[in-house]
Amino acid sequence: MPILVQHRQIVLPGQLLAEGKDVEVKAQHTIYRVGDKYYSSVIGLADIQEGKKLSVIALEGFYFPKVDDIVIGMIVDTGLTSWTVDIRSPYLAILHASDVLNKPFNPLKDNLRRHLDIGDLVLSKISQFDRTRNPVLTVKGKGLGKITKGVIVEIVPSRVPRVIGRRGSMINMVKEETKCQITIGLNGRIWIIGPTPVHEEVAVLAIKKIERETHTSGLTDRVKMFIREELRKRGLTK
Amino acid sequence: MIGKIKLIDENGLRVDGRKPGELRPVKMEVGVLKNADGSAYVEQGNTRVLAAVYGPREIHPKHLTLPDRAILRTRYHMVPYSTDERKSPAPTRREIELSKVIREALESVIFVELYPRTTIDVFIEVIQADAGTRTAGLMAASLALADAGIPMRDLIAAVAVGKVNGTLVLDINQVEDEFGEADMPIAMMPNLGEIVLLQLNGVLTEEEFYEALKLAQKGIVQLYEIEKQALMRKYCLG
Amino acid sequence: MSRLKKSSIVSLIKKGLRVDGRKLNEYREITIIPNYIAKAEGSAYAKIGGTLVIAGLKVGIGTPYPDTPNCGVITVNAEFVPFASPTFEPGPPDENAIELARVIDRSIRELKVIDLEKLAIIPGEKVYILWLDIYVFDHDGNLLDTSMLAAITTLLTARIPKAVIKEDGKTVELNKEVSEPLPITNKVVTVSVGKVNGKFIVDPNIDEEQVLDCRLAISISEDGRIAGMQKMGSGTFALNEVIEAVKIAKEASKTLFDKINEAIRSIRK
Repeated sequence: MPILVQHRQIVLPGQLLAEGKDVEVKAQHTIYRVGDKYYSSVIGLADIQEGKKLSVIALEGFYFPKVDDIVIGMIVDTGLTSWTVDIRSPYLAILHASDVLNKPFNPLKDNLRRHLDIGDLVLSKISQFDRTRNPVLTVKGKGLGKITKGVIVEIVPSRVPRVIGRRGSMINMVKEETKCQITIGLNGRIWIIGPTPVHEEVAVLAIKKIERETHTSGLTDRVKMFIREELRKRGLTK
Repeated sequence: MIGKIKLIDENGLRVDGRKPGELRPVKMEVGVLKNADGSAYVEQGNTRVLAAVYGPREIHPKHLTLPDRAILRTRYHMVPYSTDERKSPAPTRREIELSKVIREALESVIFVELYPRTTIDVFIEVIQADAGTRTAGLMAASLALADAGIPMRDLIAAVAVGKVNGTLVLDINQVEDEFGEADMPIAMMPNLGEIVLLQLNGVLTEEEFYEALKLAQKGIVQLYEIEKQALMRKYCLG
Repeated sequence: MSRLKKSSIVSLIKKGLRVDGRKLNEYREITIIPNYIAKAEGSAYAKIGGTLVIAGLKVGIGTPYPDTPNCGVITVNAEFVPFASPTFEPGPPDENAIELARVIDRSIRELKVIDLEKLAIIPGEKVYILWLDIYVFDHDGNLLDTSMLAAITTLLTARIPKAVIKEDGKTVELNKEVSEPLPITNKVVTVSVGKVNGKFIVDPNIDEEQVLDCRLAISISEDGRIAGMQKMGSGTFALNEVIEAVKIAKEASKTLFDKINEAIRSIRK
């Protein structure tokens, strides 16, 4: 009996998950090995594919940067040539002025705060990160840049995968039902623009519900019913 | 003072009516604070402890950073109203020592090497002291770390074994601590069978020490179950 | 320390050997000189390998603690001065010095090395106050065992001035002309057992301390009981390892008691 837990079972730190050599475990921080025993290192959901591929999806926790991740950052400081950006990770990120401004830029004349000020949100991509230095962001790319409208909802970063769903199934359903444009920052900040503030409000409630009920099954259908009910209550549908 | 106070009655029961191998009533709750990244509350008899975890996060001052691992900062503290006589809020020598041994215990549990150049801050506040505050504090800290999603080898279960009127007893209370002959706090990662904290204040023969270890084991197994239930409760709907 | 040096220490220990040629359960050379400081009521110079500690006892008269009105008071303090190591910082005792002092204090107190009740002069009002100050002057590893040797030798050889109660029945004076030994009931030593890759060593030197997974400091009384314990460092012990460490400490404690007794005999001659 190599795998000792069920698919989608909640596991806890120190819990023995599997034993033996037939188990396939992707290198990840949520599982650790002692000899040929595999233990969970976090509170998470066990995920078993093809009866032998084991992983644990963390239920709690912070965002850890990865190159190419799309994140929503908040400007917390400005320097002469760069901004410091909070991306809800253990490390503050850096956004260089040269990345944001297309024209040549003179730190003596130009004040960065005129372009992005403290408190501003930016949809950005992580362009460099190797743990020895803080992550570097870029806003070069389609749709990236300063966020000026809509609403932002924050959730526990480790629950973002559930909001997305398998191949985007969950988030596509939420978009369709609420008629909102939704952009997910993998750091647990989600940007919503809807036809009206009321639509946005319902989308926020739906995402919060997914976050709260991450570990339950049949969630997609429940959320769909929830959205329809909330829209109906607000007189947006019949 | 020893021998002047009767701590075990003719029926072999303790001052609070417990049998020698019996724990005090225990309550544990996870996620009790809003601001902290992870938090927990542990109540053991009249001892009440809160723990909060922040991080991994950037360190200030910067020179404390380590290039290959997170540093762990721990503060064990008793609030002034937690004791019979008001305790000065300034850290005492006892609190400084306990903060050190608690930190060392947690260092063997957390995968600090995953988060170089960051700090993980663990705060333990004893709000009511009736012996066993360091062991209750360690359990609260380990629950709070799990709640924060910080990868760890196991939860920590901990208890103090004492010797009163020549009898070994589990989970001593304040009277037994004050008038007993020995107090041996011990903390373990139960699933791995590893001791992370061990102190002995008092005198035991070698044989008594082995018996005390066995008795502690017995309590630790029970406390570990209660900890796991406390974590699971967070994920029960309704 | 370089990785190469660390790994050579570890691989030697795995083979049961040590850099300085000692056995795993063997102490370095131990020197104890009692009554090292003439001005102190008790004192001792203790050296294990290159680690040098000097402890001194000063005595005064004071009021007892309210919860122990019939007992004298002993206060143990340790200082790791920058003098002793490039890693020691100036300032009040840090967590390491505090921990060391408290481990020593607890072992002495719990074993009742001194019968504190005999140090009451006017019960409830005037008692002897003992200040035991431990100074580390050179750090070559194993500060705790060395400090305990210095501390216990100090107490065993101290002579405190006789307290004289004046005619009013309230005032107490110390008569420095007449001295007597402390009321000693037992002796204690501390043996630090270090764990390296599942092997155990006693008396780690400063280089070996760098490779320890963790250590268990075990205080042993002369009659072979365990008088205190403290796990130090961030590694872990399995249950059977703790039991093994206790057996090693008990055996090694005999060497330390021999040294203490020898030092005491030397001054009686």
